[in-house]
Amino acid sequence: MDIFWWLIFPYLCLTIMIVGTLYRFMFTQKSWAAPSTEFFEKKWLNLASPIFHYGLLFAFAGHVMGILIPTEFYHFVGISDHLYHDFAIIGGSIAGIMVMVGAIMLLIRKIVVDPIRIHATFADFFSVTAILIISAIGVYMTIIYNTFVVVYEYRDTISIWFRSIFYFQPQYELMANVPFIFKLHVVAAFGLFASIPFTRLVHFYSVPVTYPARAPQQYRSRNSYKEKDN
Amino acid sequence: MRIKAQVAMVMHLDKCIGCHTCSVTCKNTWTNRPGAEYMWFNNVETRPGPGYPKEWEKTSHFKGGWELKKGKLRLKAGGPITKLATIFANPNMATMDDYYEPWTYDYEALIDSPRKENQPVARPKSMITNKYIDKPEWGPNWDDDLAGGSEVVPLDANFDTLQEHISMEYEKTFMMYLPRICEHCLNPSCVASCPSGALYKRDEDGIVLVDQDECRGWRFCVSGCPYHKVYYNWHTHKAEKCNFCYPRTEAGLPTICSETCVGRIRYIGVILYDADKVKEAASVEDPQDLYEAQMEAFLDPFDEEVIAEAEKAGINADWIQSAQESPVYKMAVKWRIALPLHPEYRTLPMVWYVPPLSPIMNHITNEEDLQTDGYIPAVDQMRIPMEYLASILSAGDTAVIRKILLKQTAMRVHMRSVNVGGVDDISKSRLLEEADLDVETIEDMVRLLGVAKYNERFVIPTGRREMDDNLYAKQGACSLEDIAPPEGLF
Repeated sequence: MDIFWWLIFPYLCLTIMIVGTLYRFMFTQKSWAAPSTEFFEKKWLNLASPIFHYGLLFAFAGHVMGILIPTEFYHFVGISDHLYHDFAIIGGSIAGIMVMVGAIMLLIRKIVVDPIRIHATFADFFSVTAILIISAIGVYMTIIYNTFVVVYEYRDTISIWFRSIFYFQPQYELMANVPFIFKLHVVAAFGLFASIPFTRLVHFYSVPVTYPARAPQQYRSRNSYKEKDN
Repeated sequence: MRIKAQVAMVMHLDKCIGCHTCSVTCKNTWTNRPGAEYMWFNNVETRPGPGYPKEWEKTSHFKGGWELKKGKLRLKAGGPITKLATIFANPNMATMDDYYEPWTYDYEALIDSPRKENQPVARPKSMITNKYIDKPEWGPNWDDDLAGGSEVVPLDANFDTLQEHISMEYEKTFMMYLPRICEHCLNPSCVASCPSGALYKRDEDGIVLVDQDECRGWRFCVSGCPYHKVYYNWHTHKAEKCNFCYPRTEAGLPTICSETCVGRIRYIGVILYDADKVKEAASVEDPQDLYEAQMEAFLDPFDEEVIAEAEKAGINADWIQSAQESPVYKMAVKWRIALPLHPEYRTLPMVWYVPPLSPIMNHITNEEDLQTDGYIPAVDQMRIPMEYLASILSAGDTAVIRKILLKQTAMRVHMRSVNVGGVDDISKSRLLEEADLDVETIEDMVRLLGVAKYNERFVIPTGRREMDDNLYAKQGACSLEDIAPPEGLF
């Protein structure tokens, strides 16, 4: 069972994510957008969407710190485990609650506002709900599990396992004794990764980070025949 | 010098009868699709009025266009960093309420109705939610011909700066039509606002287009265009805009709005301009200088040096000849009777307008006895306040408007003396002097404004598609193909 959940399943999800994304980008790019509903409703979106998205950005940064950066690095720069966990619990709680609050508001908006509900697809509801569930588990782990059960040192198990996926030497046995709630968070997240190419989530690939570096005015030649003539 | 060619338009507002034929043919051609029902790439507004979308001229609210900040040209809504920070919800974007909720009628109720005591009714039904709308409260041209009167008319943003009190009494009020399409600006703020770089200005003809593949639906172009002529398609989640009917202009045909214009108010022609001067022109300090600055960027197509440079830039003889015969060049540059719409937005728009003459307020009771110079004070008392026209077409500079109205009046007086007689000779009059015209020019103007045929009004060189690289691959390709595939696979 461990082999399925911690070896086959992650690779399966990542494969679907990568292949699906490439397929959609190459063949149906006209469907590739940040499908905003601001046109129909603006007041609640202006409040909920930034909370949600900034929460996600903070949460992403937190995961980079906890999962991708090895413990040795923190020891090297002189950050004790205690300090790390205090910071992670406070920062993680804020980020997680932002995501949850934002997602709940967006979900309510999606259900209550007529034009949005009518034009929302299953995929739209799926992705918001999935993020809400995953973030709820995350908040539970960060606040309740850490305070009332034990401050779980996931950096010795989950983080090492997660990084090992990318070296193609998956140490699945590390996940065997991880608390159930953490396992659930990880499996749900991989499920979400697999759904990315089929939902509106693809827009996160398109964050226009190069925009500030670009010339404001864009000219495009219809053709290259001019160069050929010369 | 970096010469580029632009296919531009002039609309002669004096001849617009507000029939909306342009809007309807444009809609039938481009925007009769799901997600585009509310879009009018071409619309005709009754002025004064809020326009479409409502109050689009309130740039303080929608933050469209450019502004000068410490002498530097900046997007009014903020640069790339501000945009990235607010990318999760565009604070300035207009919503459906600013346009209107598109609806159709439940026609089936008329056909399928059983025999009843009362006539069946086709109820309005929303094209967004498919639900009945009991009472539509705003729609396309809801305020047509000043309908809505004193409740709606004051929403016109141009009144904010007007000194004169605008009276809504029937005898005193005024009205004009303003047909609008995308301005295909030389300094388009929609292009600069696009985080994905999906909007671009075509090198060959200056048409501003949205790449439907690359557009990611961030919507900054929608609010970034001060004219509100970029629309958000809620079905495809991409931006769409007037494309100057490029499949037609490439074939040497006028846009569909121009082709079908009943009053023949539209003129299309090529303007050569210096792309290196664009930024400088858009950055002049005083908004009232923007008109002259833009004129500076235009190039004389008869100038030997310009012709040589144009050829070097790959502009072929066809295009240069068209630029020389261009009705737009004549009206905008040679005769100076056309003006850009809201030059103060600093986008250097390329759809220009000849301001309309209008009934004279203190009506001339004795026109039979009126001599040429008697028309000069009449120009200052026209029904449409000169200040209002100036607010729309010259950043508030009434002198520019007055001169054009004088030119048109001189034209009218001269033709009256030719056709009816009884007016003293215009050639030595102060009217002609103030209008800065001569009789020969007047007659040329009459020809183009009054009786010009199709091939004089539309001088459009073809896109030379026969020189495309990849003709075989493009065979049968359609720009609108699979524009709206179902989203995702779920």
